[in-house]
This record gives sequence, structure tokens and C-alpha cells, in this order.
Amino acid sequence: MELPAQTFQVTRADLVRYAGASGDFNPIHWSDRVATTVGLPGVIAHGMFTMALVGRAVTEWAGSPDAVVEYGVRFTRPVVVPDDDQGTEIEVTARVREVTEDGLTRLEVTATCLGEKVLSQARATIRTAR
Amino acid sequence: MPLDPSFVGRTYPPTAPYQVGREKIREFASAIGATDPAHHDPEAARALGHPDVVAPPTFPVIVTMAASSQIIEDPALGVDYSRLVHGDQRFAYTRPVVAGDELVCTNTIEDVSARGGHGFLTTRTDVSTVGGEPVVAVWARYVIRGEA
Repeated sequence: MELPAQTFQVTRADLVRYAGASGDFNPIHWSDRVATTVGLPGVIAHGMFTMALVGRAVTEWAGSPDAVVEYGVRFTRPVVVPDDDQGTEIEVTARVREVTEDGLTRLEVTATCLGEKVLSQARATIRTAR
Repeated sequence: MPLDPSFVGRTYPPTAPYQVGREKIREFASAIGATDPAHHDPEAARALGHPDVVAPPTFPVIVTMAASSQIIEDPALGVDYSRLVHGDQRFAYTRPVVAGDELVCTNTIEDVSARGGHGFLTTRTDVSTVGGEPVVAVWARYVIRGEA
């Protein structure tokens, strides 16, 4: 079963806000100068910000903010965020892999930006909604 | 320089307690656009059976990332921070983090390896309350990029 796709807009302002809230002030997430110096095309989103947005999609599908039992991802491709008002977009979809007898649902999650997968092995286990 | 495989299995002393504040959960939830009332309103959280506002699933990384400096900055292990890339992240929850929690992290090096000129480091952080109640286990895998 496929779950309905969810889309998240990501702008530079979102990255600044996430840096402050999370305490991750690595300059590759706010300075084009530093990002390009280390070989990136420009400022990229924090991997953990992408993971947090995908986590929002997962809790949305679960129908409850406290229903996530396990959640893991591999970061495979940076999410480049241009310095304009639109930023970029992350699209998140998921497929139900398994519904267990003890009330758990296992999801295989896909997150893409500009048509390219930005995560791999993205999996979440949620308590099955009653 | 490759990391020393004899560090596999090493566990570090528990970190000083991190006090989870209600406003920090609200701030984090707002920063990721998580609008569910249980992240913001204690009454909504209580209606779900929690003592106070509930943190979003990736909130524990605030605590574990700070705690992992124990490993990343261990001079004996010698990780080159400038070459460190976050590869994988995983959480296994006993329960969600809630405001009022006082969390202690116990870091363990689960794996050290080298492949294709790059180093790999897998850490496990067991997050529990000061009273010893397990809350969440957190794994991170880092790639230490080889010299070009």
C-alpha cells in the first residue's frame, strides 16, 4: 500500500531556524562561501533537518505524534537550498512493508528533491492506528 | 590515519544530565513545522497520556549530538572532524522524550572499519532518565573521508 505523498518546502530561513533550535551551527548550512570551499554546490540542508521533515510525514501517516517506535535513514545526497524565497522542495512518499500481529506497521520511506533520492534505507516502524 | 579497531566495544562514562525544557520542545517543533498540539500544549499531551509536551521523533539528536563529542573528540581515537560526514542515523524508542525529562547519555563505539580509503565509525547512545529508565537508543554512523 502506498501512503499519500507529502511535500515540504525548505528555504534558507528554515535552515537558520533549524540551526538555532538544534544547536547545529555547521557553516555549510548557512554560508555559501564555506559550502563551496568544501566542494558543495552551495548551502545544503542539515541531514537531520531532512530527517525531521520526513519524521513529520511519518507521524502524520501514523495519525499520532507519539506513535513512532523506530526510525532510521541513510543520507545519500545533499539537499541544496538556493538563496531565494522559494528554496527547494522535499517530497516524501512511503509504502507499507508489513503490518505485524502485535500492532506495528513497518514503512519503507522515499524522500526526493528535484527528482533525486536524498535518503536510502529510510524505514520507520509505527504503532498501527486503531 | 585509520581508526584503531580496538576501540570497538568501548563505553564512555555517562554524560551530565540534560534537562528537557517545554520551550525547547516547542522551539524545535516550530523549527521543523510540527504543529500537532501535543508538541506545544501540555493539556493535549496529557490527553495522550504523557506528563508534558511530547518531543518530535528526531529531537533526541540535540542531546546525543552534544554527547557524542565524547567519542568524536576523544584524542585517543583521533577522529579528524574536518573529514567527518554524517552517514546514517537511527532511533529506537522506548517512549517519546517529554518536557521535564532529565536525560543521561551512555556512548558506546559499536563499530570501526575502513573501506575504499574511507573510515567508518558507528556509535550507539543509550539515552535514559537520571532514574535509569530507558527512553531511546540512538545510532549514528559517520564516514571519515580519506585523503584525496
